[in-house]
Amino acid sequence: MRTHLTRNRLSIAALMYLFLCSVSAAEVETKGYDIAKRSDHSDQGFSDSTASITMVLRNAAGAESKRQLEIRTLEVMNEDSGDKSLIIFSSPRDIKGTALLSFAKILEADDQWLYLPALKRVKRISSSNKSGPFVGSEFAFEDFTANELNKYTHKWLRTEPCAEFICDVIERQPRYENSGYTRQIAWLDQAVYQMRKLEFYDRKNTLLKTLKFEDYEKFNDGYWRAKRLLMHNHQTEKNTDLLYSNYEFKTGLTANDFVKGVLKRAR
Amino acid sequence: MRAKTLLSYLSLALLLTLTAKAEFSGELGIESRLFLKQAQYAEQLNALQTSAFVEAEWSFMPSAHTQLSFVPFIRLDTRDQNRTHADIREAYWLYMADEWELLAGFNREFWGVTESRHLVNVINQIDAVESLDGEDYLGQLMFNLSLQKDYGRFSFYLMPLFRERTFSGAEGRLRGAAVVDKNSTKYQSNAKQWHPDFALRYAHYIGDWDLGLSYFDGTSRAPMLVINSSQAHLIAHYDQIKQLAVDLQYTDQQWLWKFEGLLREGQGHTFLASVIGLEYSWFQWLASNADLGFLIEHLYDGRDLEEAPRSHQDNDIFLGLRYSLNDFQDSALLLGLMRDLDDGSSSLRLEAERRLGSQLKLELEAQLFINSSANATSRAFQDDDFIVLRLAHHY
Repeated sequence: MRTHLTRNRLSIAALMYLFLCSVSAAEVETKGYDIAKRSDHSDQGFSDSTASITMVLRNAAGAESKRQLEIRTLEVMNEDSGDKSLIIFSSPRDIKGTALLSFAKILEADDQWLYLPALKRVKRISSSNKSGPFVGSEFAFEDFTANELNKYTHKWLRTEPCAEFICDVIERQPRYENSGYTRQIAWLDQAVYQMRKLEFYDRKNTLLKTLKFEDYEKFNDGYWRAKRLLMHNHQTEKNTDLLYSNYEFKTGLTANDFVKGVLKRAR
Repeated sequence: MRAKTLLSYLSLALLLTLTAKAEFSGELGIESRLFLKQAQYAEQLNALQTSAFVEAEWSFMPSAHTQLSFVPFIRLDTRDQNRTHADIREAYWLYMADEWELLAGFNREFWGVTESRHLVNVINQIDAVESLDGEDYLGQLMFNLSLQKDYGRFSFYLMPLFRERTFSGAEGRLRGAAVVDKNSTKYQSNAKQWHPDFALRYAHYIGDWDLGLSYFDGTSRAPMLVINSSQAHLIAHYDQIKQLAVDLQYTDQQWLWKFEGLLREGQGHTFLASVIGLEYSWFQWLASNADLGFLIEHLYDGRDLEEAPRSHQDNDIFLGLRYSLNDFQDSALLLGLMRDLDDGSSSLRLEAERRLGSQLKLELEAQLFINSSANATSRAFQDDDFIVLRLAHHY
């Protein structure tokens, strides 16, 4: 009897456990999404921004090379499409004036045009090269363009201390095609909801890269931006730092500043 | 002469306008071109042709809506005096409003999508002594108004001064049996180089399609080359043409489908010409950081063989391979083979480049002419196989 009862109790417990599990699976997804959304929405209304970036590339032996670029972003207030961005290189000098215009999409391929100053030519380029290195750096194209909330599914993993903050740890999986990642793990702080660390797992689900976000500053009373993004590749031991300066918001850029026709005179 | 005087006044005025606030950049380089075979024609140089060049760029924004640009270019060639030349690639004033912009001065414009031939690219004259690939252009004086609408960009061009094409001198290689006489250029228009040329372009994109439509009415950039009465020189003859052109690209994942076509009247019978092709990119080739691209294009040109400027791209196929390392040094290599499907004459071209340090760039170019004797146009180049090594300092 006792055994029977125990067995019954056990099966009831197992059923309840399964039920709880399925609830919590949905719950961690809702919670993960909500936390990611809260972080994404903390940035809403920035309208447009410009910044200068020094990109420092360092190989395993420590040899360094630098690129200087400017990035302009136009916020698109629609969760079904992404922002528009324009990246203009000023050094190395032989690629000065090279510009990349991107219209981010959520699940479809982004629209991208490259301007080549030597021939004054604007070229529509394939954006399926998501996992390829961006100008020889440890950042892939998708690391630059895939920061839209709905490009991922989100799952809350745990809460844990991270440096001086308490962070929610979220696992996100790309929903778009041609990603080089199976998943990413993001640390989002609970104080101002900004990303502090991001880990990238390659197609074999092995840790590929870690990106650290440092020196956050609050601009225009509301928009947090990290001024140092440090990417480390665990497999090649190469590093790329992005050092941001001259952040400006609401500069008056319009959609007409993000058309292929203006690439040739972008400075 | 008048054009030259105007050029120097304009450049002086611009130099004075550009203050120390201007952004300054440019490149300074040396180049050695080695010809692998003995020259076909008397007077032509043999072996090594060395030259130095400089292209400087001043860019200045006096206000948020105004931009001034000045880009002079000079090449000094030790062997071919025609290749020693100077040009103002750009010298313009640009006003930018939100929905329109107006440019006045010398500028370069590029239209088109294909790789083997820039068929619809018609605004600028080719600086033919610079390179055989037709990718160096002389600055064109223009008034250019552009309107940006939700449904595309409209650009209008008025070009009051025509630029003659540059040609190799008597000592130069890569020319025909006779030299072009610069002093006896002929024009169909009585206004000669002062004929006001006009162009209009509409460009837009819809989803994965990029479209350009253009119209040109003016002096043909390509001249007819006619032998003079004493059979000693060639005379460049520039016709008046009207041309309607389209360029189209469909971007589908790793595939780029490209088309350029034109309909031209004014040089013999009205004719069609086209380039249709495909580019496939294998990104991160064999799990490396490098990209490998494959190109194939077909070139057709239905021009009148007697009354239109020669083109040796009447029924040709182009095969290309592009290899980009995506490294610190932006190393890249391009290999292209062009073959005439009617007579089998071919040309193989290699371009490679790599940055050294942060400011030096090393470039290698080589071109071989294969079975050239089969074709009346390319026969002139049959002994002109060459290799170019170029080192430039970018500042």
